[in-house]
Amino acid sequence: MTEVQSSSEISEELGISLYRSMSTARQFEKRAYDLFMQNLVKGTTHLGIGQEAVASGVAEAMADGDYTFVTYRGHNHLVARGTPLAPLMAELLGRDNGLMHGKGGSMHLIDAERGVLGSYAIIGAQLVIANGAAWSAQYRGSGQVTVCFFGDGATNIGAFHEALNFAVIWNLPVVFVCENNLYMEYTKTDTITAVEHPAADRAAGYNLPRIVIDGNDVEEVYLTAKKAVDLARAGGGPSIIEAVTYRHGGHSRADPAKYRDPAEVAEWLEKDPLPAYRARLIARGVDPSVFEKIDAEIGVEVDAATEEAKAGEWPKPERLYTNVWADGGAEWRN
Amino acid sequence: MSLLTYRSAVARGIAQEMRRDDRVVFLGEDVAAAGGVFKTTVGLLEEFGPLRVRDTPISEQAILGAAMGAAMTGLRPIAEIMYSDFFAVCWDLVANEISKSRYMSDGQVSFPLVIQCGNGAGLRFGAQHSQSIENWAMSIPGLKVVAPATPRDVVGLMAAAVRDEDPVVFFNHKALYASKEEVPDGEIVDELGKAVVRREGGDATIVALAAMVPRSLAAADLLAEEHGIQATVVDVRSLVPLDTQTILSEVEKTGTLFTVEENPRLCGWGAEIVSIVTEERWDALDGAPIRITTPHIPLPSADSLEDLALPTPRRIADTVAKALKG
Repeated sequence: MTEVQSSSEISEELGISLYRSMSTARQFEKRAYDLFMQNLVKGTTHLGIGQEAVASGVAEAMADGDYTFVTYRGHNHLVARGTPLAPLMAELLGRDNGLMHGKGGSMHLIDAERGVLGSYAIIGAQLVIANGAAWSAQYRGSGQVTVCFFGDGATNIGAFHEALNFAVIWNLPVVFVCENNLYMEYTKTDTITAVEHPAADRAAGYNLPRIVIDGNDVEEVYLTAKKAVDLARAGGGPSIIEAVTYRHGGHSRADPAKYRDPAEVAEWLEKDPLPAYRARLIARGVDPSVFEKIDAEIGVEVDAATEEAKAGEWPKPERLYTNVWADGGAEWRN
Repeated sequence: MSLLTYRSAVARGIAQEMRRDDRVVFLGEDVAAAGGVFKTTVGLLEEFGPLRVRDTPISEQAILGAAMGAAMTGLRPIAEIMYSDFFAVCWDLVANEISKSRYMSDGQVSFPLVIQCGNGAGLRFGAQHSQSIENWAMSIPGLKVVAPATPRDVVGLMAAAVRDEDPVVFFNHKALYASKEEVPDGEIVDELGKAVVRREGGDATIVALAAMVPRSLAAADLLAEEHGIQATVVDVRSLVPLDTQTILSEVEKTGTLFTVEENPRLCGWGAEIVSIVTEERWDALDGAPIRITTPHIPLPSADSLEDLALPTPRRIADTVAKALKG
């Protein structure tokens, strides 16, 4: 995808929207990291810093009412689908004003109101579940499309293969997006995978086209996702997209990522999607002050969300027993 | 009234709910064109068409994932796992996803779905197609667990399961498919969490589930004939929610408790019932509760060995008689 092609299809307004989405995710996750270091975010967090172009580009190609399924590295995707930052941050802090009242946490975020039907922490589960949402939309004739994100590591689990075959034979309106950040936790994916491109090179086995894109180029992500989403909405069935990207940090908070070659890390930091995209838009004539203003506005928003989250109370003890069942409670006997 | 086999009751129960609510869809391996490997779903494809009754590949994770995603977006799916043993290859969906997502989201999403399967021994299929695994499901918060013993209950409890807003694991018993009884015509709708007293007697309380219910009733006949012992037989029907009040009240009447379980010994459902009864009705008990179970072994295939493994009317009757008469 060349810049000339992209710029003809990307309005200045859309470009700025893509930048804003990525920058919001970046600033949100940097703050989440800071709060983790202050021991305010407990447990673990899996940050997608460096991978924002995938979530933002795909989200821009989706419509209201579409469904999103993501991984435990899912903060970016909720931000990109419009989940308000304060309840999201409060959930990471385990507060009662959290998105899930502190019962889910970083790895299990759900925002049903915005169609984000889950962050899945068991690798690959979301692919088969996303099929169900797509089947439901197909059955109801609602026109909704389901997008399912997963990592390169998920391509070696059985559910990935079951899901692709199933989506194809039922012609489901689902778009599978592999965020290939090159590492399956601590292990380089190409050292434990039979093919070079773990998702795209498997597509042929399911009669799907091989699509590999630069996952750090938000416009390429958006344009590719748009085609796939439009195809699904028109009844053309599933697609699988492999977006190659890189996480700037380790797998999780416990991981300093010493297994990575510093030269490789440096190379990918050069390909950071945010400065790259800002530079591209400036080259197209957008005034640099626009980005300073956007970043400052997001900074204020993240500060406010942080304060609101920190001001939240701890979940009340009663929450322990709410919503095991649809009647709101936890009773299993009379 | 008409005579209904347990086998035909499976299709009747599903059809009853599919006629009533077009959000109810049904999927599984060989369930549509073939009518089920045990012929339990014959006629559903013909009546409801290929959009609502769907054959799937041998992909148990894909089956349960599809049911889960559909349930959280407005449908009320019934998914079939052919043999309950196969839950082992898709247990993530059951134990981690379907059961927990409502709680983790604190109520943002619901899972009105039913997973039905063929459970239990008696057909000489050996260790990987004969297990009783209702206790696996019972151990997971967020799942309702049902195991009918009669054709009427297959229909009525399926209706209750489909209409429930929570996920229900529905254990049909393979060895009961040929059993039959007269059932009312028209719609049958039961209630989850209600045990039924199948036989009343003043001397001993036997609590059983699924195929162990008819065996316990046969044991009660032996006890009456041979020892003059009158036994009450309680059909638990639903492990979650559990009707402890009926069980406690029937134990109070006789001062005894015998559970008859097909699952292997350790952590079987009867252990939980014994625990509840001893904690809450200690004073009402005349002696220690006794569990009659399959031993803690994998199930063998040979007729003679499988027959030795499962609780039989003879073993149940002898155990009860020995406990009561010494």
